[in-house]
Amino acid sequence: MGRYLSIFLTFTRACLVRDMTFRTNFVIECLTSLGWMSMNLAFYLLVFQFTPEIGKGTGWTREPFFAFVATGLIINSIVQALFMPSAEELTEMVRTGGLDAVLVQPLDAQFLLSMHRVDFSSFANGLVGAGLLGWAVMRMDHAPPAAAWLLYPLLILCGVAILYSLVIMLAAATILLGRNQSLYDFWFYITNFSRYPAEIYAGPWGGLLRALCTFVIPILLVVNVPARVITQPLEGRGWALVGLAVGAALLALVVSRLVFQAALVKYRSASS
Amino acid sequence: MSRAVTTPRFPGLRAWFTMLVICLEERLAYRGDFILGTAMRFLPIVTQVFLWTAVFAATTRTDIAGYSRTDIVAYYLLTMVTRAFSSMPGLSGGIARSVRDGSIKKYLVQPVDYVSFLLAARIAHKLVYYVVAVVPFAAVFFLCRGYFPSAPDAATIAAFLLALLLSFLLGFFLEATLGMLGFWFLEVSSIIFAYMLVQYLLSGHMFPLDMLAGVPTGLAGVSVADVVRWLPFEYTAYFPAAVWLGKIRGAELARALAIEAGWVVAMAVACRVAWWRGTRRYSAFGG
Repeated sequence: MGRYLSIFLTFTRACLVRDMTFRTNFVIECLTSLGWMSMNLAFYLLVFQFTPEIGKGTGWTREPFFAFVATGLIINSIVQALFMPSAEELTEMVRTGGLDAVLVQPLDAQFLLSMHRVDFSSFANGLVGAGLLGWAVMRMDHAPPAAAWLLYPLLILCGVAILYSLVIMLAAATILLGRNQSLYDFWFYITNFSRYPAEIYAGPWGGLLRALCTFVIPILLVVNVPARVITQPLEGRGWALVGLAVGAALLALVVSRLVFQAALVKYRSASS
Repeated sequence: MSRAVTTPRFPGLRAWFTMLVICLEERLAYRGDFILGTAMRFLPIVTQVFLWTAVFAATTRTDIAGYSRTDIVAYYLLTMVTRAFSSMPGLSGGIARSVRDGSIKKYLVQPVDYVSFLLAARIAHKLVYYVVAVVPFAAVFFLCRGYFPSAPDAATIAAFLLALLLSFLLGFFLEATLGMLGFWFLEVSSIIFAYMLVQYLLSGHMFPLDMLAGVPTGLAGVSVADVVRWLPFEYTAYFPAAVWLGKIRGAELARALAIEAGWVVAMAVACRVAWWRGTRRYSAFGG
């Protein structure tokens, strides 16, 4: 474990050196990332011009909703910074046979393929998310209890773990398909469901989708559970969701590991 | 014994058709990836339908900026159709990459016009996309038929189809021109990303642009919607959808179509000028 931590820190240092070597590019990447986020925030502000709440009686008024958005920003920035850059390289590695060089290394392939590149500019959104969270929480009617603040980082980690497992499953799909340029698109589209409170998925079709995105692909637990803990009183249902999020995160890590290993067995090298 | 050299009757047309066939074959080489990508494009609309349903459930309004709940759902579905015509994934980046790695030089020595080749490739790309996407599109529109008002008259449908065709050409020439900036700046990914942001926000892909009518710019009597009207982006998503929903009619519709055609011509000229000037200052890289 210590060896892997040491290697990960070496990767991190190398990526930081590279980012700082091309500082202008780094600043531009931060700005473009912030631009995308600002555009979404502008859209949400526009929506609240027309309604006081997202869903009647759901409690997602303006400030709690922005705390929800901030939570999503923090979780996504961690995943985008730590795992997505490596996953994006995988599709070309499979197509060109570059994956062979990874498989012969005396290291765990999943570790090498998912953590060898860190994108520091993606942390910019997380920092803004933290600021937005502070702004929203201070303007809410009630302050979150101490228990909520203790649970919040744990649930953020659970959200990151669920998304990481999804990245690994997509990586496994890439290995099986031979090429998967839609990997990043699929990531964007599937995580799109986690961008809004689960309560919006109402009605028979909404209920089905909500169940699917909670129990099959637990994408709705990623942002909803930590955001609910910090914005709404912790009651019976709230505690049940906390348990569900922790359980789903652990299960997702195990299942994605097994699927990835099975996909590696099926890998056929593309190189000569 | 000498063989008579036969010249094709329409050499330009034949070369163009060959380019189209090559591109079709290339697009179909990775079918699994392509079908997966096509099907996934419907996922964001599902979220938007539920979001706006929740918004209308929490407000006493019956319409937002002239759009009822069903209008908004129909609008998002129609923008999917428009984007299927106007979006050009990978076009700008591909051109800039060809300039950077030197592969563009083959088009300088071959009797093939690069812009025409790109257009043929894009038509092939779109044709394959429509063949694959027609099934999910038909299924989604059938399932959501209750959200649409009754079908518009023949003239509106004709205007809608014309707007779609022009949106394809406008999208192509906009992004091709953007990619040609690679002749001046070797790395244009940040410019492309900034363009995508602006395009996504101001094209009406994110929400009906009529919602910006009440958003002030700081200038007296000028809203953000007024500023957006002066830009070409609305023709790549909002305009055809608004035409189908009857939001733009009569003389206003004819004027808007003429402006859209004007933008297509302007961007086609800009693209050609960028190509001429760019190739003049180009230094080939790569082996």
